[in-house]
Amino acid sequence: MTQSDYALEARNLSKSFGGFHAVKTVNLKVRRGSIHALIGPNGAGKTTCFNLLTKTLTPTEGQVLLDGQDITGLRSAQVARMGLVRSFQISATFPHLTCLENVRVALQSNHGTAFKFWRSLRAVEGLNARARALLEQVGLAGREDTLATELSYGKKRALEIATTLALDPKVMLLDEPTAGMGHEDVEPITDLIRQVSAGRTILIVEHNLSVVSSLCERITVLQHGEVLTEGTYDAVSNDPEVITAYMGGVDD
Amino acid sequence: MNRALMLVLLAVLAIAAPFYVYPILLMTVLSYVVFASSFNLLLGYAGLLCFGHAMFFGTAAYFAGWLLKNTALSIELCFLLSALSMAALGWVVGLIAARRGGIQFAMITLAISQFIYFLLLRAPFTGGEDGLQRIPRSALFGMFDVSSNLALYYVILAFSVLAILVFYRVVHSPFGEVLKAIRDNEARVESLGFIPERFKVLALTLSAGLAGLAGAMKAAAYQIATLHDVSFHISGTIIFMTLLGGLGTLTGPMVGAAMIVLLNDYLAQYGEWALIIQGAVFLVVILFFRKGVVGEIEARLKKPGRV
Ligand SMILES: Nc1ncnc2c1ncn2[C@@H]1O[C@H](COP(=O)(O)OP(=O)(O)OP(=O)(O)O)[C@@H](O)[C@H]1O
Ligand SMILES: [Mg+2]
Repeated sequence: MTQSDYALEARNLSKSFGGFHAVKTVNLKVRRGSIHALIGPNGAGKTTCFNLLTKTLTPTEGQVLLDGQDITGLRSAQVARMGLVRSFQISATFPHLTCLENVRVALQSNHGTAFKFWRSLRAVEGLNARARALLEQVGLAGREDTLATELSYGKKRALEIATTLALDPKVMLLDEPTAGMGHEDVEPITDLIRQVSAGRTILIVEHNLSVVSSLCERITVLQHGEVLTEGTYDAVSNDPEVITAYMGGVDD
Repeated sequence: MNRALMLVLLAVLAIAAPFYVYPILLMTVLSYVVFASSFNLLLGYAGLLCFGHAMFFGTAAYFAGWLLKNTALSIELCFLLSALSMAALGWVVGLIAARRGGIQFAMITLAISQFIYFLLLRAPFTGGEDGLQRIPRSALFGMFDVSSNLALYYVILAFSVLAILVFYRVVHSPFGEVLKAIRDNEARVESLGFIPERFKVLALTLSAGLAGLAGAMKAAAYQIATLHDVSFHISGTIIFMTLLGGLGTLTGPMVGAAMIVLLNDYLAQYGEWALIIQGAVFLVVILFFRKGVVGEIEARLKKPGRV
């Protein structure tokens, strides 16, 4: 299989904080067009991996490749512009902006208006239609003028996905998109992720295993910063090592 | 409709005011209103706490004073040059400080302002401890004599209106929208493909330019420029004015600035009691107006139940 079959690849990725190895020589290949899960007990290093892949953190060692191209030396803003966009584990909205403005900020990323301090907001009104469409897509129709801080937790996560989608990313990294959500919100978000996965590659950290099993073709299990195993949901969930790892690690 | 009426009222008030109130006091109010807006642009809209904002205000006071004393430039050019040179200084400070956020940004800006204070103390043209005195008021456009307090008041009023319009435009621009996003969540903005430092540098440049205009206006009004204008006392005062009026509101810091200048002027007659009365007033505001005066009023006016 050639390199370009993988949208995202980590080679011997490592990160240590002081003497503590949060991520140790992780090798990960995410096939283009797939939904790939990264799971593991709390503290396994999943978020740190995400931070390394999107260059939010600089790896101590190893490389990150996007479409076969080495992006290890770039900063996260550049990586985002190349089509690798993430969401955050702790919902990352702009609380004092309205939902419409939240999405519009992201749309400005490719619009060339972001530094125009002398223009009125009319300069970005052309983005409103697209912003509304994105809000509608994630179930936030009619909430354009609501401040993000006033949304329920589940709706905030939805807004974050709309913001991420605004960049039309090739590769999306979602860090626990359903964490902390009520039952009624999990299914719509799962459906939404499936819907937007068309034409995209998605790497997702998720504790909810039913979400994982319904969405993901491949699963990588992380433990103590290292890859424990990788495979299909069935293979992984019957792996005795994985079962032990979870028994000893998960508190929910 | 309501807002238009308010603006008309404010305009009438501003035009009539110098016939009832001492123009120098009014010019001080206007200078601080502009200065507070420049600070609000940083703290309220970019989330940047500049601990040494007086460096722009005070340096501009000296610079404008020096220009007025030593060159034949007309007064509006002196104001504009002061604003531009402080914008340049703000840009440099931005390049040094913008990579850091929070308390680090505050500390770096404080350190730079202390350094500038020291430079101005030692510089040959600043008059040392005495400062620049008897700064003349050159003619407007080189033609109209504005050396009287009344005439200068209208010049400063015009510049203040202009500055507030600039401030208003910046915070309601596409750039302002990204700036507010950076204030709310910088990491997220970066993850969306923006390089936040660049926005912060531009914000600091614009803010410093406005602060520079404020300092120049103050120097022309008082006809002196002293080290006090660059001191930490002024940096602290502007933070306080902003919080008193309401952080994150458009007009709060302006109102806070006007309140403190007027209060200080009024309390001056009470000598030592001034400090105690001032303290009591602030205590009341802090206890009953937690979001600042304007912030609290805005919060109460908002219809409850609105989502
Ligand atoms: N900036 C940091 N400095 C020091 N240690 C860190 C830092 N970030 C993460 N760690 C540590 O690295 C380990 C992995 O953390 P990480 O957040 O990646 O885990 P995770 O798999 O995402 O866990 P969770 O399921 O709880 O989100 C943890 O022990 C954490 O304390
Ligand atoms: Mg995590």
